[in-house]
Amino acid sequence: MSKIKVNDELQEVTLPLTVTGLIQLNNVLQPDMVSVQLNGEFVERGEFDATELKEGDEVDFLYFMGGGC
Amino acid sequence: MDFTAEQIERYSRHILLQDVGVEGQEKISNGKVLVIGAGGLGAPILLYLAAAGVGTLGIIDGDVVDLSNLQRQVIHFTPDVGKPKVESAKEKILQINPEVKVVTYHQFFTAENAFDIIKDYDFVVDGTDNFPVKFLINDACVLAGKPFSHGGILRFDGQTLTHLPGTACYRCAFHSPPPPNAVPTCSQAGVLGAIAGMLGTIQAAEVLKFLTGAGDLLTNRLLTFNAKTMNFRTVNLKQNKKCPICGEHRSITQLVESEQAVCEIKSKK
Repeated sequence: MSKIKVNDELQEVTLPLTVTGLIQLNNVLQPDMVSVQLNGEFVERGEFDATELKEGDEVDFLYFMGGGC
Repeated sequence: MDFTAEQIERYSRHILLQDVGVEGQEKISNGKVLVIGAGGLGAPILLYLAAAGVGTLGIIDGDVVDLSNLQRQVIHFTPDVGKPKVESAKEKILQINPEVKVVTYHQFFTAENAFDIIKDYDFVVDGTDNFPVKFLINDACVLAGKPFSHGGILRFDGQTLTHLPGTACYRCAFHSPPPPNAVPTCSQAGVLGAIAGMLGTIQAAEVLKFLTGAGDLLTNRLLTFNAKTMNFRTVNLKQNKKCPICGEHRSITQLVESEQAVCEIKSKK
C-alpha cells in the first residue's frame, strides 16, 4: 500500500492509480465536475485518465459551489 | 477626515484595534464597496459593512423579496415580501448606520452593465446564486484589475477566495461554468440558513481587511468549510498558467454571458 494525501487526509492506496481511479475510490459525487490539484498544480480534466499518482502525492479535490441566494 | 465624538463612539471597537485605529476607520469610511446580490450572502455582508461604516455601499439585485428567502436572508423582514431586495436592504442599512451612502441598482449584473458599474468601486463582493454570474464577476474584475471576493454555499458547505490583481482567480481553480443544472444550486438542493451567515461574514471581514490593510487576505487560497463536521480548510492555490483569463494563453478578452441555470429563470418569474 502507498500513502497519498487527499484533501489533507492520508489515504492508503494501491499503485498504479490514476487521478480518475482516485476520484472513483473516493466516490466523488460528480466526477466530471471536480477540480483537481496535484502537488499544488491543477490537472486538466482531459489529463485525469493519464495522470499516474505516486507515493507521497498530495491531491486536492475542489468542488463547485454556486449558491449564495 | 475628522471624526465627530459620536462617530468615535460608534466606531470605538474598531478604533481600539491596533490594526485598525482611527486611520483604519478613516479608510473604511472612505471605502466604496459593491455587493452583487442582496440575498443569503449579501445580507450579512451588507449588514456588517454598514455597521462598520463603509462610506459607499453599492447593491445590485434585480429580484424582489420572496417568503422562501427569509430563512437566511436576514436583511429582509416579513413585511418586505414583494419589495425589491435593493430597497429592503437599503432601508435596513440606513437604520443601522445613516452615515452610509447607499447606491442601489434594481437590475441584474450582466456583461453589458458590468464594467460601467464596477468602475466606481474599490472592491466587489460576489453574493450571487448562480455560476454564470459568478464567472462574469470574476471575468469583469480580472479584466478591469478590480479586487473581489468570491463566495459560494451549498447545503452545509461554503467556499470563498479573495482575488487581487496578480493572484489566482476563480477560473484558475474552476475553469468554466458547469453545464446548466449539472451542479445543483441552493434553490434546488437547499442550504442551511446559517451557512450564509458563516460565509458572508468571512467575506465581510475580507472587505474590512482589504480596506484597512490589516492581516493577510485569502489570496492564492480557497477557504472551504463543512458545517456538519465544522472542519475549515484552506487550499493553497497559485495562478494557473492555463487559466483562460489570467494564464499564459488568454482566450477570454471580453465579457460573455454563459447560459443561466433553469432554476434561475424560474425564480425570476
